[in-house]
Amino acid sequence: RHQKKKSLLTKNDFGHYFRKVVIFSWALTAASCSVEQHCGQSDSKPTSVPLPFPMAHGTTTLAFMFQGGVLAAADTRSSCSGLVACPASQKILPIHSHLVGTTSGTSADCALWKRILSRELRLYQLRYGRRLSTRGAAKLLSHMLHPFKGTELCVAATLCGFSGPSLFYVCSDGTRLEGSLFSVGSGSPYAYSILDQGVRWGLTVEEATSIAREAVYRATHRDAYSGNFVDVYHVTSKGWTRRTREDLKEEYYREKEKRRLERETRGTALSG
Amino acid sequence: MLSAQGFGGPGKMKEYHYAGAVEHKFSPYAFNGGTVLAVAGEDFAIVASDTRLSEGYSIHSRDSPKCYKLTDTTVIGCSGFHGDCLTLTKIIDARLKMYKHSNNKTMTSGAIAAMLSTILYSRRFFPYYVYNIIGGLDEEGKGAVYSFDPVGSYQRDTYKAGGSASAMLQPLLDNQIGFKNMEGVQHLPLTQEKAVQLVKDVFISAAERDVYTGDALRVCVITKDGINEQTIPLRKD
Repeated sequence: RHQKKKSLLTKNDFGHYFRKVVIFSWALTAASCSVEQHCGQSDSKPTSVPLPFPMAHGTTTLAFMFQGGVLAAADTRSSCSGLVACPASQKILPIHSHLVGTTSGTSADCALWKRILSRELRLYQLRYGRRLSTRGAAKLLSHMLHPFKGTELCVAATLCGFSGPSLFYVCSDGTRLEGSLFSVGSGSPYAYSILDQGVRWGLTVEEATSIAREAVYRATHRDAYSGNFVDVYHVTSKGWTRRTREDLKEEYYREKEKRRLERETRGTALSG
Repeated sequence: MLSAQGFGGPGKMKEYHYAGAVEHKFSPYAFNGGTVLAVAGEDFAIVASDTRLSEGYSIHSRDSPKCYKLTDTTVIGCSGFHGDCLTLTKIIDARLKMYKHSNNKTMTSGAIAAMLSTILYSRRFFPYYVYNIIGGLDEEGKGAVYSFDPVGSYQRDTYKAGGSASAMLQPLLDNQIGFKNMEGVQHLPLTQEKAVQLVKDVFISAAERDVYTGDALRVCVITKDGINEQTIPLRKD
């Protein structure tokens, strides 16, 4: 009864993912992989082979469009049901010079599928002589993940590109959405509250960067599974640029110091 | 595969537990313990592991090191399920040979890391239960450490601990090598002697507090002159 599983990565042509992948004949249960999925609960989901270890999960990532291009920001904590497996992981992966993807879900799935997407986009460029649009890349990723719907694969990515600024959200449960503002991960509710308050089309690059940083900072403050550093990537017609990684611990102490000074000046103003 | 759960027979243990119907499913995995550590310096890398092979309450072997030499400049440490460690190292050796024959050169540490990531991910739905850490020298001769999770997610680090005592060792390394959570400390670069001494001290501590770590410590120091191996005894209890 055991069907031979062919390697995921023996690829020869464009549409092969749909033919060659054969899934185990053991019982597979539907994996619920919604945007708000809380990390570290992969152990409670029944899987085909009960795994003795937890997968790496949990994050805050966000991306939005504005007049200066597309901005993507993410924290850097990679947690494994309670243990911080890596405090300095990369959750925003460049796919090519004008396309950047944020990753959320299982880190291995996101890293490998991004790699596969980069390869397919490069092959497209070589075959057809032009770069595939962000919309096309989103559709491609969504269709590549479709054969694995129902398995425990968990990828929730936002693709931020610049063929005209564009932003797409792709999830391994089949969702593919176009939008101008997305936040994904366990810390997304906190990030949404900051973003919904501040994001407008007419922001300057500095304002947009500070809103993105603030949103990730607030989310990491409240969400246990997000933290450590914040990465900010800015995509324009000239390509993507990356800001140096910032330690949010410093940000916390700077804010505390600022509040303390404000309280002191207010205290002296009232008494004086 | 089953661990020695019932000393005195299955009936005796159950008196102290909930005595209802329990379903025992066959698990293809076992946990054989062991800890692996890797540190990267300016022109050296160190990969260290303990040599205890355990299962449940028993020790199968006191001399089963978890560092495997791949090339003259790369050593991999694999801990977790010993069966998968053996198969994985066999597969990596075969792939290294294939690369050598097709490309007429030895694989670099970075290339081995990328290849291992795809090997692990090809078994995404029935993973190798192995925590891998690769230590070696990169093309420029600097120390490199690549740490993996069981399904292939990896990145380059300066230091990493993996295996049963990893949660105890990693914070200590963060403090001593990364100078984290300390204020007003001078950040001195790590010398080879200091790194080897630190690794020995760290494993002695791990053997104190983790039951699956102990017996002996195997340290492999990788420099441009080759790989130097030392074995240091640890607690055997």
